[in-house]
Amino acid sequence: MKKYFILLIILTLFNSCSSNKESKTVLTFWAMGAEGEYIQKLIPEFERRNPDIKVKVQMIPWTAAQEKLITAYASDNAPDAFQLGNTWIPQFSALNAIEELSNYVNSSEQIKKENYFEGIWDTNVLNGKIYGIPWYCDTRLLFYRADVLAEAGYNEPPKTWDELIDCSRKIKKNFGKEDKYPIYIPTNEWAPFIIFGLQAGSNILKNNDSYGNFSGNQFKESFTYLMKYFEEGLTPIGISQVTNIYQAFADKYINLYISGPWNIVEFKKTMTGKLSNVWKTAPMPGYKNEYPGASLAGGASLVVYKKSKHKKEAWKFIEYLSEPQVQLEFYKYLFDLPAVKQAWSDTLIQNDELIKAFEKQFSNVKPTPKIPEWEQIAFSKVQQYAEIGSRKTETIDKALKNLDSDVNSILEKRRYILSKEK
Amino acid sequence: MKNNTLNKRSNINAAYIFLTPALAAIFVFFFLPVIAAFLISFTDFDIYALGDYSNARFVGIDNYLKIFSDPLFWKAISNTFYFVIMAGPLSIMVSLLAAMILNAKIVRFKAIFRLTYFLPVVTTLIAVAIVWRFIYHPRFGILNYLISFVGINPIDWLGDPIFAMPAIVIMAVWKNFGYNMIIFIAGLQNIPEHLYEAAFLEGANAWQRFRYITLPMLAPTTIFISIITMIGFFQLFAEPYIMTQGGPLNSTLSIVQYMYQEGFRWWNMGYSAALAFVLFAIILIGTLIQFKVQRSTGE
Repeated sequence: MKKYFILLIILTLFNSCSSNKESKTVLTFWAMGAEGEYIQKLIPEFERRNPDIKVKVQMIPWTAAQEKLITAYASDNAPDAFQLGNTWIPQFSALNAIEELSNYVNSSEQIKKENYFEGIWDTNVLNGKIYGIPWYCDTRLLFYRADVLAEAGYNEPPKTWDELIDCSRKIKKNFGKEDKYPIYIPTNEWAPFIIFGLQAGSNILKNNDSYGNFSGNQFKESFTYLMKYFEEGLTPIGISQVTNIYQAFADKYINLYISGPWNIVEFKKTMTGKLSNVWKTAPMPGYKNEYPGASLAGGASLVVYKKSKHKKEAWKFIEYLSEPQVQLEFYKYLFDLPAVKQAWSDTLIQNDELIKAFEKQFSNVKPTPKIPEWEQIAFSKVQQYAEIGSRKTETIDKALKNLDSDVNSILEKRRYILSKEK
Repeated sequence: MKNNTLNKRSNINAAYIFLTPALAAIFVFFFLPVIAAFLISFTDFDIYALGDYSNARFVGIDNYLKIFSDPLFWKAISNTFYFVIMAGPLSIMVSLLAAMILNAKIVRFKAIFRLTYFLPVVTTLIAVAIVWRFIYHPRFGILNYLISFVGINPIDWLGDPIFAMPAIVIMAVWKNFGYNMIIFIAGLQNIPEHLYEAAFLEGANAWQRFRYITLPMLAPTTIFISIITMIGFFQLFAEPYIMTQGGPLNSTLSIVQYMYQEGFRWWNMGYSAALAFVLFAIILIGTLIQFKVQRSTGE
């Protein structure tokens, strides 16, 4: 009995060995969240066109993506190609983990700079070198309740800073003593604070991004402007009141919110029936006369692992994912906004008013500072001091000064690296 | 005789052979990382260094000096102490009380109660934390609904810097007391019944029996529980990580969470390793003090 058992094991081992010995190149690809799930459906077509390549997709959750990728890199287990949030590109390039793609782009039929929104493409370029190809793009703009705004006398969404705060005040007045708020500016989202700073003309950091510039006049002006919303009770202080944005929107608990395309699917799910026509999207209001006002150049990019043995195949796969048709597939199922401009001319997008606002917004998007420390500065420091400012535990001047000094200490290493390069 | 020593020696050799795999595993997976972390704590190892080792600088004890002038570290330390000092004794008292009740002769359906009280311990913390977040919700939470009957205005439990930590304490105590309760029950069952009978005959009332028999007899159990609880609570992480992410205004940022953020979110490995050793020192000192206290009161 035992002998047979051992024989069986040996046989299966041989079997599995032989099945691995196919001549196909196995390309590993990691994608995050919903993309990781959905991309499986598009693999068969790619494999049909390239019979000698087999693509193995692994899905990783967004929340753990960065940790997993960096750990995989540190242990030399990174996939041949992967998806990266475009603000992570500086980090992975500092890690020396991703391949410079300029040569690939120069000789490519499919991927050309002019096919992409300029601001989005730019997030993938560091010191003139291309490190990633935009996969899908996102940015932030205004989600608003048209009915509530109309009651406040705004048949058109606000187009300037002044209009935005005036509109909020009027909504507040209409609500009277009700426990409801015109706008929602949560302090655990750094984006609005940076967006308004960029609009006011701040470059966020200074001296080759090696010092904070938060106490500079431009950023101070935008920060002071946003703090008015907290002071006047136009937005809730703290983030625990709103657990479900969509529900809060349906209840008119909040009526304006600066967010991105990832929320559209959920909004459509929650705001049904009579509510389905009352929420709309509009480009960001601008500083003084600029319209649309600037917003962030967000999105995800495709990159190639520097030590990959299958760079050519990885590039082929990236080219495939950049085809307008394939991009539209992603839009259809996940509302991923195509990075390739040709895809936008499709009627599917042109007939959707909610999405068209994004197209307008993409004409004015700016990148966040392209340095590895940006994530830490934004998530830990900007949010920390936004909260401090909103709760008035420090004056605006003091908060911004402390923010600068914290940021300067984070950037100490960057200054050292820069001085070493000289 | 000779044969005997030979046997002994070969026994020892055999023991070594059997122990080697385990020792090797402990060495490779425990001691080596600890040593490496200790060395890293004297460098500024970060994401630049991960890309190119030559970007790491030896900084001596700078990380440790920086820790002591870092306001967030002091915030995290005081939050952690606040949590341990509030949750530790409370948790022990609640579990002792629960154990006494479950050990009383008049209580029926003991198994069911024991099971119910123990259930939170084995429930996934993530699920528990999410449920508690709903309980604490300022507008829809059941807790605010209940206290509204006594005329208390709604409290923003997790959103108010004053109430956030107490809210976490309540949840952590509820989640953990079952485990200590089981150990206390075991301790209580070890106390000989005749002690109580003798005291009863002498006319000791319930409080006196508790004070002069139960408590002293439980002393070893209590010491064990308080050390384990303290070590566990000093490592407070998941509760605030899920419920508040350390907020509002960093009022629930714990030392382990700070360490995690610095290390695995921002990849400041050197600084994070130094934080780990400071935490280690604190726990070590705490444990030594508890041993001292036990030795001086136990005898």
